Amino acid sequence: MEVISADVAIIGAGGAGLRSAIAVAEADPGLKVALISKVYPMRSHTVAAEGGSAGVVQDHDSLDNHFDDTVSGGDWLCDQDTVDYFVSHCTREMTQLEHWGCPWSRKPDGHVNVRAFGGMKIERTWFAADKTGFHMLHTLFQTSIKFPSIQRFDEYFALDLITDEGRVQGVVAMEIRTGAVKLFLAKSVIIATGGAGRVYQYNTNGAIVTGDGMSLAYRHGAPLRDMEFVQYHPTALPRIGVLITEGCRGEGGILVNKDGYRYLQDYGLGPPDPWPRKKAMELGPRDRLSQAFWQEEQKGRTVETPLGQAVLLDLRHLGEKKLHERLPMICELAESYMGVDPVHEPIPVRPTVHYTMGGIRTGVTTATDIPGLYAVGECSSCGIHGANRLGSNSLAELVVFGKQAGSHAAEYVKSARAVNEGTASKQAGDVLRRVKAIAEREKGERLANIRNAMAETMEAGCGIYRTGEGMQETCDTLAALKERYKGVAVGDKSRVFNTELLYAVELGYMLEVAEAMATSAVNRRESRGSHQRIDGYEKRDDQDFLKHSLAYYNPSGAPRIDYEAVNITRSQPADRVYGGEGDKIKETANV
Amino acid sequence: MSEQQSDQQTIQIEILRYRPETDHEPVWQSYTVPFDPATSVLEGLTYIKDHLDGSVSFRWSCRMAVCGSCGMQINGEPKLACQTFLREFHPGKVRIEALANFAIERDLVVVMDDFLEKLTAIKPYVIRDQDKPLEEGEYLQTPAEQVPYMQYSQCINCMLCYSACPQYALNQEFTGPAALALAHRYNMDSRDQGVDQRMEILNMEEGVWGCTAVGACSEVCPKGVHPAAAIQQSKILGTLDYTKMNALRKFILPKGAR
Repeated sequence: MEVISADVAIIGAGGAGLRSAIAVAEADPGLKVALISKVYPMRSHTVAAEGGSAGVVQDHDSLDNHFDDTVSGGDWLCDQDTVDYFVSHCTREMTQLEHWGCPWSRKPDGHVNVRAFGGMKIERTWFAADKTGFHMLHTLFQTSIKFPSIQRFDEYFALDLITDEGRVQGVVAMEIRTGAVKLFLAKSVIIATGGAGRVYQYNTNGAIVTGDGMSLAYRHGAPLRDMEFVQYHPTALPRIGVLITEGCRGEGGILVNKDGYRYLQDYGLGPPDPWPRKKAMELGPRDRLSQAFWQEEQKGRTVETPLGQAVLLDLRHLGEKKLHERLPMICELAESYMGVDPVHEPIPVRPTVHYTMGGIRTGVTTATDIPGLYAVGECSSCGIHGANRLGSNSLAELVVFGKQAGSHAAEYVKSARAVNEGTASKQAGDVLRRVKAIAEREKGERLANIRNAMAETMEAGCGIYRTGEGMQETCDTLAALKERYKGVAVGDKSRVFNTELLYAVELGYMLEVAEAMATSAVNRRESRGSHQRIDGYEKRDDQDFLKHSLAYYNPSGAPRIDYEAVNITRSQPADRVYGGEGDKIKETANV
Repeated sequence: MSEQQSDQQTIQIEILRYRPETDHEPVWQSYTVPFDPATSVLEGLTYIKDHLDGSVSFRWSCRMAVCGSCGMQINGEPKLACQTFLREFHPGKVRIEALANFAIERDLVVVMDDFLEKLTAIKPYVIRDQDKPLEEGEYLQTPAEQVPYMQYSQCINCMLCYSACPQYALNQEFTGPAALALAHRYNMDSRDQGVDQRMEILNMEEGVWGCTAVGACSEVCPKGVHPAAAIQQSKILGTLDYTKMNALRKFILPKGAR
């Protein structure tokens, strides 16, 4: 087996992985970085983020405002020390991206412009039209080319981590073009593999978003935290799940039901006028908007489309000029996929799985429970998203904590003990045998059947509203699917670019992550943020559940669930109020 | 695509298969796939992969024409499979091949090394004599100053332009449309001062002068980048460079780069 030595190995070359790589290179150009990714960097799913990235810039805004919006948006399940670090570093990182060439949208005077996002008191979302993730990713990728110490291993698929006496020692990965399995020795490893939205049937995520890194860390003992919190983005195209950015509503778009009625006023987000205004109606938080859709659907007030039930996102009043300037990709996507020109017709949309708030437990430094192993981005749970992520915080997270991961990994390798090559080679051999067993199995089940059954049961039991019975059924189904997975067969016996084999390995990752989500969910007997129950646990229960859930891997069955305290420094849990109710509280506070 | 599609219309998809370990040359293979008006060519391929033949290999991810993975020849034209719909071809069939002008790695997957090398070679990043400290904030750039480069920053690296380019077909040394457009994107950015470094590369024979201004790249670009325009503008810059017509050169370049 070929052995490649590096100081820091990074798995994933999206926004978080690239920013980490640059941070290592800047901290010490003498450190060798192996940037391992199952796709070319510009294919990473950061590319699909549309609306923008948070950073306080306006004089009448403040870090406290960003902190409050984040913590209340997260229904007080955020770690407040981490949120403080985050909000105080966002703007610097946004400016750094600007210096690297990111084409942020500007005001006439040449300063960076900002827009409003849901759940936000004051506009602070930096945007590059409606292709913010695309521009951030390409800026980071292109900038990374400047650094000779970053060696990319594009289209290398991570199969496992190497550990020795509890410390991380490297990564085993398959070169997709040859099928060759290689051992990367590294004193430090950063996981930046993104989320796991593909465990659900309908989602805004790319095919590659399969929870790989979450599963790898989990198998090695790092807990997955707050996995029950899965964000449904309120506005995606029905069935196909193409994302229609919150920026649409930030620019003034409205949501109506089949009667043309702005239904959000019935769900504690009104009154509808004046519009647009912050933290109200269509600019309420994502969890509330997705829940309102579900209620409307129950009442039979949604619109029937060939692609399923939907509500209508109306942008016509913004006018052609503004739509083409601020939301060009939305116009293009609506036209391509729905045959709708938003200048003249509303876009049918519905909530669709978008983001995993939970992930590998980390904190301000991005360190995981495993010495030498760091995690950053959607695969991680650093503590800023709580029970519901505030829109435009995830892109900022990639760079703020990407820089942290790179800096801390660079620091760690200075004093880390040398890699034990013998142990590493032995473990890599075991990994190779495991993959071969899947690759060579002659008869068995088609993997797509298992994958589809998993996606359906996640949607059915762990959706926008949940019941104990439904979640338990999902847990049971997943357990049965894990058994069936042991008999999955890959028809393709070749080595070169064998994507069937990759999908089979990915399915193993996904089943584990899905099980962590469902098991964490059924154990949380309250409603908070994106986890809403309708079986007697409709209220938030701070007495028993103001705590993070931790899912620990259990090789013989469902994960072991534990809990840990939330870090609360200065914001005590309160009611989450938006719309007119929120204004009243603000007025009282101002008196 | 859901599985219950018995009442649906079907369409024939032919794929040019190539498995280097077993095929001496590419061979056509045909599949019958259900579709509805919203089914993309990509969804047709994933249907084949999931239900008919797991060995068909292709790159894909975002399904929304921004990750640039799924470029392929569809009935002879370079297109993104996620943005092309099966209904357009019915009742005829759809013939899908790997992107033209690239070596096939396997099936619909092409070798991307050459493209990546070219993208890297043109120094696609902001080059400055001295960077200002982050504490001093952003570089000011008005919307009008963004216009000259904004269009060229929209490239998703899907490589459709290379497969359409007659010059690249003849001479693989040619830097090609996407990489040249990206070089121009940075040259036209008022924050950048690297134009001289890049013009050295662009002014080589396999740089902008390799282009014969056919314009096929701009026609197939799914993002309206218009690489042909970028290359023609670079040629003017290159000429002025060569003839030392600095006054005119200043007129074309953004303020920061002069």
